[in-house]
Amino acid sequence: MRAYLGRRYRLSASHRLFCASLSEAENQKVYGKCANPYGHGHNYTVEVMVGGEIDGATGMVCDLTELDGLVEREVMEPFDHQNLNTLEGFRAAVPTTENLLLEIRRRLERALPRRLTLAVRVEETSNNFFEYWDEDSEMR
Amino acid sequence: MILLTRKAEFSASHYYWNEAWSAEENARAFGKCANRNGHGHNYTLEVTVAGEVDPVTGFVVDLKQLKDVMEKEVVAAYDHRHLNLEVPEFKAANPTTENIAVAIWRRLEGKIPGARLHRVRVYEMPDLFADYFGG
Repeated sequence: MRAYLGRRYRLSASHRLFCASLSEAENQKVYGKCANPYGHGHNYTVEVMVGGEIDGATGMVCDLTELDGLVEREVMEPFDHQNLNTLEGFRAAVPTTENLLLEIRRRLERALPRRLTLAVRVEETSNNFFEYWDEDSEMR
Repeated sequence: MILLTRKAEFSASHYYWNEAWSAEENARAFGKCANRNGHGHNYTLEVTVAGEVDPVTGFVVDLKQLKDVMEKEVVAAYDHRHLNLEVPEFKAANPTTENIAVAIWRRLEGKIPGARLHRVRVYEMPDLFADYFGG
């Protein structure tokens, strides 16, 4: 039987949405107050869902302690309480939540066992959230 | 097609244990969830059904009927119970969030009038949940 285990993690980070190849005026037009010069912050919620067969012996899709450890290592340590603009993963990409989602997904996908499928959702505020939808995948 | 979700809550106790394993193996696999005295959660259940909107009533499903089915088939059996000791499906399977989602699906499937069961989601805690889509 196939089930999907969901876990939510909280991280706090700051960012500034600003594209160096655009002028100040263009940045203001594209990003509005998100381009304010000193940045701003969010309490992000990262929702990780892993899909797999339920193990007959344990009743689990995956070991929760291992999943927490993996997310701690791949996501929390690099991003929590950081200024996203200063991080290596965002040297060439604006740290929008779309790009943060893709970077989180990339890190988790390479670290998860191959038997598990992955879906990631990132809430920037209570009104905005972002999900990756892979049309070939069973999961969003 | 519309997806409609109804929530319910139940409070229950449980522990995780595999009788085929030693105490050390159980502790290693399940950590403090292997405490045979058990512990408890306030669970939240979300039942999602799929269907078309009835042109006369405007409903996908009669919510009162859905609520009554959830109450009768799930909440009455699980609420304020010890899942391992009082619920038959957990005599031989650990009452993990995943297995609870599967068990609830089985209790509800075919019993909701006029709509197809799409997803059962069980929250063990606000930040931990499992989905089952019947597969």
